[in-house]
Amino acid sequence: MPKVIDNMQIGPMVWKMRVEVPHLVEKAKAGQFVILRVNEEGERVPMSIAGLDRENGLLTIIYQVVGKTSGLMTTIEDGGEIADCVGPLGVASHVEKWGTTVVVGGGIGIAPVFPIAQAYKEAGNKVISIIGARNEELLFYRDEHKSVADEFYPCTDDGSFGHHGFVSDVLKKLMDDGVKIGMVMAIGPVPMMRVVANLTKEYNVSTWVSLNPLMIDGTGMCGGCRVTIGGETKFACVDGPDFDGHQVDFDLLSARLSAYREQEQAAMKKMLDDPNCRLHESVQNFKYPEPRKA
Amino acid sequence: MAEKLPAKERMKITRQEMSNQDPDERKNNFDEVPFGFTEETALIEAQRCLECPKAPCIKGCPVEVDIPGFIRLVLEKDFAGAARKIKETNALPAVCGRVCPQEEQCEMVCVLSKKFKPVAVGHLERFVADYERENNLTELPEIAPPTGRKVAVVGSGPAGLTVAGDLVKLGHKVTIFEALHKPGGVLVYGIPEFRLPKKIVQAECDFLAQMGVEFKNSTVVGKLDTIDELLEMGYDSVFIGTGAGLPNFMGLEGENLIGIYSANEYLTRSNLMRAFDGDSYDTPIIHGKNVAVLGGGNTAMDAVRTAIRLGAENAYIVYRRSEFEMPARKEEIHHAMEEGVQFHLLTNPIKFIGDENSKVKQMECIKMELGEPDDSGRRRPVPIADSNFILDIDLVVVAIGNSSNPLIPATTPGLECNRWGNIIADEKTMLTSRKGVFAGGDIVTGGATVILAAGAGKVAARAMHAYMMGKSVEETATT
Ligand SMILES: Cc1cc2nc3c(=O)[nH]c(=O)nc-3n(C[C@H](O)[C@H](O)[C@H](O)COP(=O)(O)OP(=O)(O)OC[C@H]3O[C@@H](n4cnc5c(N)ncnc54)[C@H](O)[C@@H]3O)c2cc1C
Ligand SMILES: Cc1cc2nc3c(=O)[nH]c(=O)nc-3n(C[C@H](O)[C@H](O)[C@H](O)COP(=O)(O)OP(=O)(O)OC[C@H]3O[C@@H](n4cnc5c(N)ncnc54)[C@H](O)[C@@H]3O)c2cc1C
Ligand code: SF4
Ligand code: SF4
Ligand code: FES
Repeated sequence: MPKVIDNMQIGPMVWKMRVEVPHLVEKAKAGQFVILRVNEEGERVPMSIAGLDRENGLLTIIYQVVGKTSGLMTTIEDGGEIADCVGPLGVASHVEKWGTTVVVGGGIGIAPVFPIAQAYKEAGNKVISIIGARNEELLFYRDEHKSVADEFYPCTDDGSFGHHGFVSDVLKKLMDDGVKIGMVMAIGPVPMMRVVANLTKEYNVSTWVSLNPLMIDGTGMCGGCRVTIGGETKFACVDGPDFDGHQVDFDLLSARLSAYREQEQAAMKKMLDDPNCRLHESVQNFKYPEPRKA
Repeated sequence: MAEKLPAKERMKITRQEMSNQDPDERKNNFDEVPFGFTEETALIEAQRCLECPKAPCIKGCPVEVDIPGFIRLVLEKDFAGAARKIKETNALPAVCGRVCPQEEQCEMVCVLSKKFKPVAVGHLERFVADYERENNLTELPEIAPPTGRKVAVVGSGPAGLTVAGDLVKLGHKVTIFEALHKPGGVLVYGIPEFRLPKKIVQAECDFLAQMGVEFKNSTVVGKLDTIDELLEMGYDSVFIGTGAGLPNFMGLEGENLIGIYSANEYLTRSNLMRAFDGDSYDTPIIHGKNVAVLGGGNTAMDAVRTAIRLGAENAYIVYRRSEFEMPARKEEIHHAMEEGVQFHLLTNPIKFIGDENSKVKQMECIKMELGEPDDSGRRRPVPIADSNFILDIDLVVVAIGNSSNPLIPATTPGLECNRWGNIIADEKTMLTSRKGVFAGGDIVTGGATVILAAGAGKVAARAMHAYMMGKSVEETATT
């Protein structure tokens, strides 16, 4: 069973876990993901690769508590174990020398877009990093992004840090100012990826997005992760997770993500109502956010 | 030993059947449907076998189980010995006794079937295998001294399990690489609990582990290590038994709406991820009230009967040909009917209609009639003009077959495949176009049966052994 080196809270509802999986780490590339199970009865949860420490064989994942399994993950102690961790899955992000590239990370997407920024940089690109969150507390991984980006634009919805507003505002300004962008890579909540893709389409700038539909096996066996790309059905776990943002049917993606909302909420409630609930105190007050209208 | 009755007397005995859980009861649980033979019924049934000198039944079985031989041991009440006899050629009798299409194989050619009903070979096979396992009479076979050779088996379905068992006995070091977190392939993720209890598959895997087979679960070959990397890491030979695990869809309008599953997804959620046991397991699944399952094979029957058990009020099979052409086993169709499944035969879906939340709510269908025979010899269904109708449904399961997963071919240069993406392997040795790399089961044949996959594993194991011991692979070819 893979060992959890450490598991710490880095923001409200956001945690960072490092898992010792040397062989996986040796093979993994930016843009890929893993699927882990916390315990025997648990779900298989996909998590993007947020960092690879090849020297020590450590995989970093950054996760947000959104329900039962991610809640349960917070209970794993440093030095503990998880049932399993399979990967690397999916196709690695496509990397070329384009000249100037922009990585856009929104919310939890700030984490997985960081290794891609590193890969872009290594390939000789200029990297502009735009990251955004609701407020300063949620804007993690700032130092990491700063360390690779040639230009760094943090944003918050409430203006508590950096630019007051959305990541797409900053991107639009760059394009209006005539910055010639070879490639945009956007990872974040579906509404954010949709806005970014619509914007870059107007400016005719190529854009990758990383899609996160519900998954089970992650090997192309179930078809549960299907997404519509340019009118064609693709399996995100094997054909993606990265796709041409201008071709994605975002409406369908967000609809399919909500397929089990009632069952998920019931599972979370049952766990929170259990008097033996071992969840971290900051998670015990967990409430489902009102579904955001796009 | 039980006295054998004279042949004339024996022919008067009627075929014994297993008793089944009552349909009204079993609709509400996932427990196995048939209860299996008792010692008593097994002995009566064993009397029926005429021990024909030519024993056509043996040729009817793809792996040539010595059927009169094991039935004789049943008569002698040496049930565990009977199980061992079967295992000489079939490593998975508890599984095959349950899921083999006996009516088209061993039992179809039984001499008795001309005038009477055939000997219940499958039921007897199941009985002796269960007897051996339940009474802890399974004996570890003798393991040959270590050969120093290492084998990688990719995929843990019936093909991979068979290869592993045969090669470990011959003294090789065997490692199975399995993508999922549990071994067994379709036997664990596809075929439901009520037809094949998972503890049986687990027992088979535990047995292999006891013999020294190493299981590496949650390991996707082609993603973590490629076949070439396995060879570089020191595996002397590789077997690819990755199955036909890529679900087909029909490409119809609305096919990606919420509430439309592939059979693989629906069955995986329920079986492997145990969604049917919602009290203990977290996996969500849609509990449809009006469920349409598209297709007419075993997979479709498994899906529709799962839907019934998960609370469907109306569960439909929608199949474009007639009952006669349905590829599912007769027994399963019969069980489905008993459980209240409704059949829309000669009917084809043409589009799916969703509600404002992108959930499927209706399916438009068209009636079909049978026209001229097609390539497969079956009469081709053709749509009847203006026969469209709407079916109200809240869950659809697409069970129209699987293709082969391209992951391994795509990451293994020089591995030849046919135009459907199946790996090409020599029938007599299961050798592929790559030196030291063998393949068998559904990845070679396309979706077939458990016993054919296991049989391919047997053939491959023999050839792999020869290859690793420096003999010519062809020499060992079975004829
Ligand atoms: C390729 C990929 C990479 C991902 N990377 C990350 C990551 O780096 N960090 C992170 O916090 N989350 C990531 N996710 C999402 C993460 O898998 C889900 O948040 C998690 O499975 C939720 O489980 P839960 O039981 O806590 O919540 P649940 O109560 O099950 O679900 C709450 C919500 O989370 C989403 N969700 C649930 N199950 C899945 C699933 N299997 N796949 C995707 N979304 C799901 C749904 O929108 C759902 O409504 C990724 C998903 C995919 C597909
Ligand atoms: C629902 C259903 C019902 C069926 N009912 C019957 C029946 O009643 N009777 C009958 O005889 N047959 C039945 N079949 C068919 C039968 O199950 C198959 O023919 C048989 O399982 C094929 O065996 P296999 O070993 O080739 O592959 P599988 O059983 O498909 O196993 C392949 C294994 O390989 C693993 N794998 C795939 N890719 C990789 C990779 N890259 N790395 C590592 N592991 C990998 C998969 O996860 C899987 O576990 C049914 C099939 C289905 C789907
Ligand atoms: S393995 Fe299958 S076909 Fe062969 S004897 Fe047993 S039940 Fe019959
Ligand atoms: S053909 Fe039938 S009766 Fe004859 S040996 Fe085989 S099972 Fe027995
Ligand atoms: S998660 Fe099953 S096919 Fe992608």
